Amino acid sequence: MKVLIIGANSAIAKATARNYAEQGCSLHLIARSEDQLEVLASDLTLRGASNVSHSVLDLNKFAEHKKTLSSAFSKLGGVDIALICHGSLPDQDKVEKNFKQALKEINTNGISVISLLTELAAKFVEQQQGTIAVITSVAGDRGRQPNFVYGAAKSLVSTYLQGLRGKLLTHNIHIVDIRPGLVDSPMTAQFPKGPLWSSPEVIAQKIVKSIRRGSHTVYAPGYWRVIMFVVDVIPEFIFKRLKF
Amino acid sequence: MEAMGWGRYPKTTADLIQPADSETLQKFISSQKKSASCIGRGSGRSYGDSALSGQLISSRFLDNFLELDEQQKILRCGAGVTLGDILKVCIPRGLFLPVLPGTKAVSVAGAIAADVHGKNHHLDGSFCTYVKKISLVLASGELVNCSEQENSELFRATCGGMGLTGVIVEASLSLDSIASSYIDQRSLVANDLAECFEHIQNNADSKYSVAWLDCLARGKNLGRSVLYLGEHAASKNRKTDTLYRERSGLGVPFSTPSFLLNKTTMSLFNASYFGAQKRKKSSTTLSCDNYFFPLDSIRNWNRLYGTNGFLQYQFVLPSDSAFEGITSVLEKVSEKGKGSFLSVLKKFGEANENLLSFPKPGYTLTLDFKNEAALFPLLEELDRIVLAHDGRLYLAKDARMSEEVFKASYPNWERFMTIKKKYDPSNRFASLQSTRLGLTQ
Repeated sequence: MKVLIIGANSAIAKATARNYAEQGCSLHLIARSEDQLEVLASDLTLRGASNVSHSVLDLNKFAEHKKTLSSAFSKLGGVDIALICHGSLPDQDKVEKNFKQALKEINTNGISVISLLTELAAKFVEQQQGTIAVITSVAGDRGRQPNFVYGAAKSLVSTYLQGLRGKLLTHNIHIVDIRPGLVDSPMTAQFPKGPLWSSPEVIAQKIVKSIRRGSHTVYAPGYWRVIMFVVDVIPEFIFKRLKF
Repeated sequence: MEAMGWGRYPKTTADLIQPADSETLQKFISSQKKSASCIGRGSGRSYGDSALSGQLISSRFLDNFLELDEQQKILRCGAGVTLGDILKVCIPRGLFLPVLPGTKAVSVAGAIAADVHGKNHHLDGSFCTYVKKISLVLASGELVNCSEQENSELFRATCGGMGLTGVIVEASLSLDSIASSYIDQRSLVANDLAECFEHIQNNADSKYSVAWLDCLARGKNLGRSVLYLGEHAASKNRKTDTLYRERSGLGVPFSTPSFLLNKTTMSLFNASYFGAQKRKKSSTTLSCDNYFFPLDSIRNWNRLYGTNGFLQYQFVLPSDSAFEGITSVLEKVSEKGKGSFLSVLKKFGEANENLLSFPKPGYTLTLDFKNEAALFPLLEELDRIVLAHDGRLYLAKDARMSEEVFKASYPNWERFMTIKKKYDPSNRFASLQSTRLGLTQ
């Protein structure tokens, strides 16, 4: 299988890439830091990947998306699975008072993904097959006080994916929306961890499984579907008073 | 967060730091106050308090494979890579780790810090014998390399040094070649301790050798045991020779009530296990996982001892006093009826030059005890027997040894302190254990 991973240096991406490497897949990695990409590429090769290539890209430079994706497709010779993993977790207090920073975060977590999806959709339609999987977040399910800027960007992506899924259906292209809950990774280093936190490896297993099965919207781990259902049904006059 | 070792005793609260790479770690170490003590932590498989401190620096994201030279058989990898990960990568290439402890969950850095040993110590020595180079972050935040040639005193203090010299971020290991990952196992039943020692002696050239021992048997049955000998199987020229299949076994989902493990149930278990082994076929071929890591198939088996946890007591006695000393220990333990189902006897070969490494020539016995108040006086009695026979305890298992016992049994502790003071003058790297043992303040 040929797998393209965007935002490859994130903890979830790394764990997922290792899973595909152990299956003997060919991988192309896209991320910002070349040093880290080189380390990850040799790690994946030793773990069994049949071929690993990479390109360096700052994903906030939208203008370069098309070129980088084209070279990824030609290096891999077509893509069976594209996985978009990049993201950043902003400090809510700062971003809600500073539009410039809010815009930057929405660009990283939302707009850049839309740009990538536009290019990917065109490429996948050409080859008439494949799966596009995107890591969004349970934070996108309902705007909550502690992280609604991040949540708004993620829900933008989730809504976009719902529409795109229908559009691409006739082209034999499948879309998976993966919504992880709390993940114990370097991105969340500043938070105290509790029993609801999962490791990137657990999320990665769920991603690989849901891509194989052709799932649509996936909560990782699965119990987040129940938690978010409960969060969703809280009446707004109560919800607006909740600070969690 | 609440932190504990594999024995689930003692427990403490600590901050967990999980650096994504060595630069982040260096920045962290340099930015902290000198008074804040921290210690490296790998997979959390040391039993007692050696990986407990105010701040725990986890190696879990330092888990990249960096380079494998298949000709020279040298692997360079991150500190958090586990031995199980290494086997997964190496076995299909016909390579193997020269030393494997009883679990594959340990990290490379943990294996170095405790200088772990395996079932082949009598022939091949301990884990650090095969460590070619270590990169570690010092208390100053500086990243340095050490090996037998480069910064050799730091190397000797870091191998087996329980993380007290710095945080290991990377290591190079030399590997062995194998024709097959399967192990031909032969088992020999011994009806008492003397017979067990005889079997071990008579099979001293066997590659792997370890005895399970019924520590609750008394009188003429004292020390009845089964010796398991192993050799790498010859290649059968099949694809499966170097196929590594991981076992996924059962787990223990929560702590079971500890009263289930008592003198009666344990004696029954041990007697029936011994009886079953006696009737079993004495030769068989096992997969690598089944031979080396039988307990890994029961995930979280440490929960079987209840919420208070357990203590593992492992000591080594020199060959000439071992029989007498181990007899006294077993008499004491079986008299009190305190032991449990995991007792392991094995012969050690030559010691190495690492300052705090545990193994030395002789015999090592491992006993598990459920944690209870009555246990501690018994263990102190055992300490006295071990000291009287010129033995010592394994730091990776210890949770309660006194400073006096430690200093009397590890003769190189002062040389270790000199090196520790040179590289870490303000004791940045300290564990609950190192403070208890008088190695740090």
